[in-house]
Amino acid sequence: MSKLWIQNGRVIDPESGRDEQADVLLVGGVVEAVGSVSKTAANGAEVIDATGLIVSPGLIDIHVHCREPGHEEEETIATASAAAVAGGFTAICAMPNTHPPADDDTAMHYVLQRSVQAGLARVLPVGCLTKGRDGKELAEIGTMRAAGAVGFTDDGDGLADSKLMQRALQYATMFETVVMQHCQESALAGGAMNSGPTAVRLGLGGIAASGEEIMLRRDIELARYAGARYHAQHISSAGSMGLIRRAKYDGVQITAEATPHHLLLTDAACMGFDSNYKMNPPLRTARDVEALREGVANGTVDCLATDHAPHAVEEKALEFALAPFGIIGLECALGLYVKALVQSGYVDWPILIDRMTFGPAKIIGRDDLGRLAEGKAGDVTLIDPKTRWTVKVDAFRSKARNCPYDGMKLTGRAVATIVNGEVKWRL
Amino acid sequence: MAKKASTHRMAAKKKPKARKSQAAASPGEVTGEEGFVWTRKDLLGLDELSPQEVVHMLDTAQSFEEVSTRSIKKVPALRGKVVALMFFEDSTRTRMSFELAASRLSADTLLFTAKGSSVSKGETTLDTVKNIEAMGVDVFVMRHGESGAPHMVARQVTGSVVNAGDGAHEHPTQALLDIYTMRQRLGHLAGLKVAIVGDIAHSRVARSNILGLRKLGAEVVVVGPRTLVPQAITAMGCEISHSLDDVLGEVDVINMLRIQFERFGGGLFPSLREYHQIYGMNGERLARCRKDVLIMHPGPINRGVELTSEVADGPNSCILQQVTNGLAIRMAVLYLVTQSQGDRRE
Repeated sequence: MSKLWIQNGRVIDPESGRDEQADVLLVGGVVEAVGSVSKTAANGAEVIDATGLIVSPGLIDIHVHCREPGHEEEETIATASAAAVAGGFTAICAMPNTHPPADDDTAMHYVLQRSVQAGLARVLPVGCLTKGRDGKELAEIGTMRAAGAVGFTDDGDGLADSKLMQRALQYATMFETVVMQHCQESALAGGAMNSGPTAVRLGLGGIAASGEEIMLRRDIELARYAGARYHAQHISSAGSMGLIRRAKYDGVQITAEATPHHLLLTDAACMGFDSNYKMNPPLRTARDVEALREGVANGTVDCLATDHAPHAVEEKALEFALAPFGIIGLECALGLYVKALVQSGYVDWPILIDRMTFGPAKIIGRDDLGRLAEGKAGDVTLIDPKTRWTVKVDAFRSKARNCPYDGMKLTGRAVATIVNGEVKWRL
Repeated sequence: MAKKASTHRMAAKKKPKARKSQAAASPGEVTGEEGFVWTRKDLLGLDELSPQEVVHMLDTAQSFEEVSTRSIKKVPALRGKVVALMFFEDSTRTRMSFELAASRLSADTLLFTAKGSSVSKGETTLDTVKNIEAMGVDVFVMRHGESGAPHMVARQVTGSVVNAGDGAHEHPTQALLDIYTMRQRLGHLAGLKVAIVGDIAHSRVARSNILGLRKLGAEVVVVGPRTLVPQAITAMGCEISHSLDDVLGEVDVINMLRIQFERFGGGLFPSLREYHQIYGMNGERLARCRKDVLIMHPGPINRGVELTSEVADGPNSCILQQVTNGLAIRMAVLYLVTQSQGDRRE
């Protein structure tokens, strides 16, 4: 049985609150011991010296577009997995807006099988909420759940029909799973960037935060009524933060995620018409960025997620309004989070780790992941919190290059990614 | 009212003379600096230009105005240069104006229109431009339906890019010719109050005018229904009014924008009838304006919608003069961007 002895690192485990100098022993893909490790237990183990490093539960990104099947020229499950481990992620959730949409059990099996073939990060499938992502009929949530789906969403679009959304929430409760929503009222969609002075100056159509907040507000009432678990994806506005905070206070089972770009950039970045700043939801204002950062700090935001959205070069090389939404994020996310949250003083490392491990694991209902404790999965990320590095988009393992951070200097990087007790990536 | 309107017309029968004397007296007027050198390869918008650059463009246009009065209306400034007119979106006067400007400067021109071209076969804008560049092009004059398209192209080609209108973003040569006409007719720009009336939200002409006029010290008020005037436009330094009647008496210039008929299908305003009642310029409203108010329109006019024929063809109108001045402006633009190319190679 393979053994891995990680020595003398700063072990952070959000669930137990542990933050101390300690050893971790992984045996046969499972955490055998955390704290002091006996020499007999570790007999024959491969040793990793983690002095000066943070030893974190494996990082989890619950919002990744792997594009397979359908758009393998943009990304595949294998290349997304390679990008994931290079960014320190041991598990990623594959969004179902593929072609065809992942709306049945065979699609779930396909993702899991391709994940095993790639043999890098765990790729966990998320299923469509409605058949064909059409927003008209419920998808086979129960069958997909049994096949391994960790959540359900029509991401890319919000589910507009209130009645259907209510049913989806009610139905999902039977399978102890979460309904995830891309909050955007469809009648108010259609612009290219955030509404406001920059959009007006550039002559681009606006997408106001109210379009996100209207759907979120509706969903909060539906989730309250259904007693269901609801997750708001890539939340972008200060108003949404207020709604989620209030709903949590009221006891609604709601969680939320925030992306690196919404924590770091404002709509002013669109000034040069660079389509790498075109996202959905769009980049908003400095006030929204601040509210999101506060939300991560005070727990309104449960988890950080990249919304890694690969696009072919020729697609992004279109006119701003015609180019597709989204940027890739897996390989620089950690450094961006450090910049947005730790260096700016909003959170310390244990909170950041929580939002990248235990937080997302709870949302997708995986109690074997996101923890560093005896008996849990042997997924560990070693992080050098001090190392300075420069983002080089051309060196990414992702197939895509649509990333606006090329050349940015960041601090903090994963130096080793261990999945199921095996080192999958080392800097 | 009717009486007032007729006296107004009578008084304005004489062609209004430029009030040159005011130029010196006008505080804050930006004037051309001796020895100023234009260094930009592209003209993408007025947003990035300094006040000095805008004035230099106007002054250069003034020096080209004389060429059109010669019996042989040609100078050799761009001899051997190739100007590609890339019209991804329909245009009549802007295209013809650029074409004539290029030929008066002795340039060779290539005309590209999207209809029946490779674009209709699915070729991207960038590929289209790069293919035409491969034939050896010095200046791309580009009209495009999408905001930012010329900016995208300018990053990818070595030739100059001149924006001839991009989406709802900018139409710098139209604004320059508007501002040039105002300066010609009124003698100065600083302190002028200019109303821009109509569909501000979708207008590149409005944006470029606001930017250019503010740089040269004029005040701008945009006028139109709430659904066609984004409130955030005040960040560009203009005021907003939803009542044309409220601003009539206090402005020196009224620039009426074309209403695009496709807009009201989207429910942005209820009907052309209601629009004309609230925002249409007619003789009665003209009578309540300052006596020498300047009526402008970038064309094409919808007679009876934005303005009545009485106003469009009346003595306060300078609509055709705008078109004439457009030629001098476009000669100046083509001349300056190619001059800076020469500087770059040295």
